[in-house]
Parts: sequence; C-alpha cells; structure tokens
Amino acid sequence: MSATIEFTIDGKEIKGQPGQTILEAAQQAGVYIPRLCYMKGLTPWGSCRVCTVLINGRPQAACTQPIAPGMVVESSTDKVNALRRNIIDMLFVEGNHFCMFCEKSGSCELQALAYRLGIAAPKYPFMFPKRELDMSHPDVFIDHNRCIQCARCVRASRDVDGKHVFDFADRGAHRRIAVNAEAFLKDTDLAVTDKAAEACPVGAIVKKRTGYAVPFGQRLYDKKPIGSEIEAGVKS
Amino acid sequence: MSDNLAASVREICKANGGDRTRLMDIVRAVQAKFGCVSGPAMEMIAQELKVHRVEVHGMVSFYSFLSEQPKGKVTIRLCNDLVDQMAGAAEVGQAFEDELGIKVGQTTPDGKIALEYTACIGMCDQAPAALVNDVVVTELSTDSARRIVRELRKHMDPARLVTRLGDGNNAHELVHAMVLNNIRVKGSLIFTPTNRGEAIRKALGITPAEVIRAVKTSRLRGRGGAGFPTGLKWEFTRAAPGERRYILCNADEGEPGTFKDRVILTELPDRVFAGMTIAGYAVGAEEGIVYLRGEYAYLRKYLEHTLQERRKDNLLGRNILGKQGFNFDIRIQMGAGAYVCGEETALISSCEGLRGDPKTRPPFPAQKGYLGCPSVVNNVETFACVTKILEQGPATFCEIGSQGSPGTKLLSISGDCKSPGVFEVPFGIKLSEVLKLCGAEDAIAVQVGGASGQMVAREEFGRTICYDDLATGGALMVLGPERNVLEAAEKFMDFFVEESCGYCTPCRVGNVLLRNRLARILAGDGEPSDLDYLNDLGQTVKIMSRCGLGQTSANPILTTLKNFRPAYNALVKKRTDGLQPAFDLRTAVADAERVIGRKSEHAHA
Repeated sequence: MSATIEFTIDGKEIKGQPGQTILEAAQQAGVYIPRLCYMKGLTPWGSCRVCTVLINGRPQAACTQPIAPGMVVESSTDKVNALRRNIIDMLFVEGNHFCMFCEKSGSCELQALAYRLGIAAPKYPFMFPKRELDMSHPDVFIDHNRCIQCARCVRASRDVDGKHVFDFADRGAHRRIAVNAEAFLKDTDLAVTDKAAEACPVGAIVKKRTGYAVPFGQRLYDKKPIGSEIEAGVKS
Repeated sequence: MSDNLAASVREICKANGGDRTRLMDIVRAVQAKFGCVSGPAMEMIAQELKVHRVEVHGMVSFYSFLSEQPKGKVTIRLCNDLVDQMAGAAEVGQAFEDELGIKVGQTTPDGKIALEYTACIGMCDQAPAALVNDVVVTELSTDSARRIVRELRKHMDPARLVTRLGDGNNAHELVHAMVLNNIRVKGSLIFTPTNRGEAIRKALGITPAEVIRAVKTSRLRGRGGAGFPTGLKWEFTRAAPGERRYILCNADEGEPGTFKDRVILTELPDRVFAGMTIAGYAVGAEEGIVYLRGEYAYLRKYLEHTLQERRKDNLLGRNILGKQGFNFDIRIQMGAGAYVCGEETALISSCEGLRGDPKTRPPFPAQKGYLGCPSVVNNVETFACVTKILEQGPATFCEIGSQGSPGTKLLSISGDCKSPGVFEVPFGIKLSEVLKLCGAEDAIAVQVGGASGQMVAREEFGRTICYDDLATGGALMVLGPERNVLEAAEKFMDFFVEESCGYCTPCRVGNVLLRNRLARILAGDGEPSDLDYLNDLGQTVKIMSRCGLGQTSANPILTTLKNFRPAYNALVKKRTDGLQPAFDLRTAVADAERVIGRKSEHAHA
C-alpha cells in the first residue's frame, strides 16, 4: 500500500498514487483532461499539447507531468480552454480535414474535441497542404491529409506490436509519418490486427472496408461528448 | 558501384563499433563519401546496426547537412540570417546563381556544385559568409562569389579557397581558416592568461563536494542563455542514481547572431576542456562529449589535436595528474545542421544518434540524460568560467559583475556597428555603454539574445545586461536608422519555421501562422485586428510549446508588438470590403482565375 499524493484540479481534491501523471490521476478521479496524443498503454508523448494544464501557474503537459503533493492544477478554466482551442484550431488548419466525408467522422477524437470545446470553425486560415495517400496495403490505408503527428501509431507499433512500422521523417512543418520501407505501407510487416492499425485518433490510418460499418449518427461521439465516459466514472 | 557502397557502409559501421548510438558519425561519414545517404545506404546501415530502416531515414531527414538525394561534390551554403542579409547576402547569392547557372537549392547539371541557403553559421561579424563544404569563406562580395565559383570549377578543392589566414589560431595549420576572431574588448576573466593544468590541480586537491561548493559560491549561472545555476546542476547530477555519468559541452551555438563560443573554441579550447574535466571530477563522470555544430567542422582537427596534447600531459586519461582513480576523457560529437540541437535534451538525442527531437521532461538531464545516465550539459563559456573559478577562487569571480549576475559575459555583436566582434564585459553593463563600445550610437533597435531574444527600442537602451534584466546568451544584433524592425522580425520567424523540429503542435503550426500573418501585414494587407491575432497566437505558442525553441520563437513578434507598436500601426488599415480578416480573396480565387484564364474584376478591384 503506497502513500497517496493529494493535490487539486480546479479546486477539486484529487488523490493519486506515486508515479502517476496528472492525466492518469485525474482520470481515475473522474476528471477528464482533453488529450489527443495520449493513449492508454503507450509511453506518454506530450506532443499535441492539448492536455496542457497550469501547475501553480506554470504550463505543463498533464500526460507527462508526474503528480506532486499540494500542486494546484488549473485545467478546465476559460484561460486554459482558450489555449486548447487554439491548438485544436492549428491541427485543423494544418492538414486537410473534411469531416463530411471522412470515414472517421463521429468517432474522430479531433472532431469530438472541437465539439466539446465549442469550436464551430477554426479561426486560423487553412493551409491546404499537399499530402500523400497510401492505399498500397491490402487492409489498411494512410491518408496523410488527416494526420496530426500524434505518434500513437509509432508508439503502438514499437511498444505494443514489437515492430517499428512507423516513425517520423523530416522536421518542422514538413514533419510526417514515414513507414519502414522504401515508400509504401504494403512493404512493411503491418498486420491489420496490430495495435498500430487502430491507434489513430483521426482518420489518417484506417482499416479498409470498416469505414462505414457503424452508420453516422450512431458512432461513439455522436451520442455523448468525448470524455463523458471518464466523467461518468467508467474505468477504461 | 553498389558493391562499393555496401563495402564502404559496412566498413564505416564497423569503424563505429556497429553502435546504434553512433549513427550520427556513421551517416556523416556516408554523406561525406557519397554526397548523400541514399535509400540503399539507409537500408544497409539499418542492417549493419540491426535497427529499422525508418529509424535511419527519420534521423537522416532531420538534419540540414544530410541528404537522401545526391547533391554536389561541393556544396556552397550561403548564410542568409538577418545580419548576412543586411550585409548583402542576397546580392552574393545572385552572383553565385549567375556564375553557376543554377538557382539556390539546385545542383549544377554536371553534379559538381550545389548551392543552398543555410541558417546562421556563426560569422555575423564577418558577413556575408558561406560554407564551402567544411571551409568557411567570409566577407563575401559579388566579385569574390564569382571568383570562388571559377576557382572551384578549376580544382574542386574548397581548402584552396583560403588565400588569406585569420588571426590567432585561425592561422594554425590544423585550422587553416580565413575566419577572424575580432576580439574587441578583453575583460578580466575569459580573455586573461591561465596556467594550463592549474585549475585541475587545484580541483583535485579538494573533494568533489568542495568543488561543487566552490562553483556554487561563485554563483555562476549558465552562459548559454537560460542561466541555470551551474553548481546546483552539478549537485543534482552527482546526487542522481546511476552507474555512469556524463559531461556534455554544448558547442552547438546556433542562435543567430552568436559566435563567441567559436572564438573561445579557437583560442581557449584548453580552458573549456579543463572545465569539463573539473565537472567530471565534481559529479563523478568519466566521459565528456563536446557537441560541436556541423558549421564548425573546420575547428575539429585542431580540437582533436588539443585533446591529444592533454592526454599526453595526463590532463585527460587515467589517474589524471596522479589522482588515483580519477579517469576522464572527452570525445567530439559533430552535429549536422539543426538549431534545435542547442536545446539540451535535443542535443542529447543527437549525441545518441537520434533525430534532434527534444526529450520529455521530467526526467531532466541531471537525472536521466545521455543514454539514460545523469548528465551535465553546460555551455562552452560556462566551462571556461569554471576553470577560472577554480584557478583563482570563487571570491575573485564574484568581485566582477553585478549582485545577481557575477562574472563577465562574452557578447557577440554584429550588424550596424563600426566594430563587430566579441566583447567581454562585466555583467550589469548598460546596453547604451555596449553600443558605445562597438560604435553603434545611432542604433534604432538592438535584438538582444539572438532570434529568440527581444527587440529592444532606443528608449530602453538604458537597460542592463544581466540575468535580472536583459538576460542573454550574448548575441546583440544592431539595427541602424535605415533598417525596418518588422522585416527583421519576419526574418527571425522564417528561421524558426525552418528550424522547428515539428514535434509539438504550437511550434510546428503556430510559427508558420505567425510568419504568414506578419508577412501579410508587411505586404500592406494587414488590418488592426491582426495585431490582436498575432499577440494571442504568439502567447499560445509561447505558453503551449514543449521546449525552449517554441517557448521563445514568438518573441520577435511579441517583443516588436510591445516595443515597436507604432511601426505596426503605420502598416495596418481597417478593411472596407467587409470580408473576414483571415480571408485573402485574391489567394482564394487564384486557382479559379487560372482555370478561366482571366483575373476576377472583383478580387482585383
């Protein structure tokens, strides 16, 4: 029985265990902190910055920051949520996200977060980048137009599947997901049963022939906002 | 040919012990030999090191000096930072283009010479400058650019472009560079003579804990810009659990406008190595690494030679100066063109043969740094200070400078001033006094701290250089009366867009958005609400970014918004067309115009 660590998020008392991150401790206590690059079972990555909270006034990513006794965490405040909306906006304008005909619509975490945080349309100008589509693999496709560089596929393949199908290439605005082959996904050892094939929070890596298995309107976030399962106290 | 490649790759990998963490040395060697790290080469390297191809690909594609496609046998990299631009880099670039018959970014059809722009190469005091492979050419003119191309066509040997030698060790046969030190003011700390070996001898005469106490007593703070107390950093590293510890010297000096570390490494490398050795003794490390930026490759042979001399004299190696059990050695790790690698955790990633992505903190390098071991990362100048502190005692060090900022600071001053170069000044000196020293009394603005620093207006020239006021790694870029401060800010934003690693959203996307909006304002298409947009966006990038690059990259815009508001106000005007601020009608209809073959009357009204 290890000692508990007590701290607050938006005034609410939270009891966590040593070694937990703010995001994990919050989740256990039924407090949802918005996130995109975080995925249970993967090494925390801290790249999307959506889960940023203010700890005693200083910004930190909740998914990578360990809890400490007495810390005062600010998460769901106007100030922090405004910053999060800006980040979500950036992700929308950086790629080419057309929800109306995306297979992922309704179960897309980016879309769901935009709804939850009250974004009707991004305030930044769209960049309309030219991005590639890789349909070569028999069971899985990559649409780079929708990629948000969260590295969930990278980590899932490496840490869970014990492969290394994905990694990043190039840098800055040109940073992109590359595959472990000269060019095409078909030349990698990705299997449709891999964790990496289902780790994508958006519609960038999608299993073929499954896109419309669940009709629009009946999908995960069509019914309840993202995060509500955590707030309802359902252990994930 | 491919047999040749396979054999060479195998040999290079073997020479590096087949060690995955030495991937940087391996790909640099392949690049040097074959002019690129091609797909097949990456495949072979991956096989030899038993890693995945995509890891090698990801790493190679990160660094500017590595390429997947063959470039020229000789690559001319013309520096296009702000100061070089002010000195005429564009005209020089044009001359290179004309003489080579290609554009920047291209290679001559015979595959011999490639021409590119590169970020600051640390020669702002002798701009415009360029790298021709590893050879530095300075004070370029359109004439000398043409001459360089004609010479290269004749012999293809960059070393022969050095027709005059610089001062001091620049003229040393192992350096053989036309680079000038331009040491304008020597202070009482760095540019003073020392007895080689004395500082180490004194350190070894006391306990490691006492060495740390001496550094703490001196109140030395990091000279790279962040200003973390050095003694404290060492204490944390010593206290952290781990079987091995490392001392890393940050010689990446990528901040535009900074070049003082280049001068220290040229003239006082012994002092830097001594500081690292003392740090090794203090924290219990046996290995040190100097991370030397790719741009300074011309210093490498000389630095290796200096290390060798120190080994001969038992200032490095086993049982140093007879101290039983104290072993320490230093190796040089070359970089390959990435500003972000000056960020300490990105530097560690790079030393480990990875992409230069910063690491997640915590853990901090003092807890888990290089190869997961407790590590000290300090700037070149910091180590030079350490040597002096141990040699003459912390009290003497504290006598110089100001209360919160003891010691001296090396400033790299460039731009519109009479005597650009390196100035050693005591902390607490007023900016106005510094400007007098370098002959820039008519400056309208000074960018203090490099691109990531702040643009300081004339009204604030009474401020002081110290950690509590104008904290800086030492770069001062002076803008004279005819300069446009906002255009300077735009140059800096171009730089950050180019150099962001792209790991986190705000830095990857936000800097592009900031740069684009500033460009629009400069083009005369901005409106008053754009200034709030820039401020809100800039704050978001600053607050939400993961590492120091993104946390400071909005500074050119945020500090000009604060200090040069009238310049913005003069450019923006209220829109009368009723369209949304972010909407650019002309761009929006451009594709349609191309299709129908005529201009929209409305959009161009």
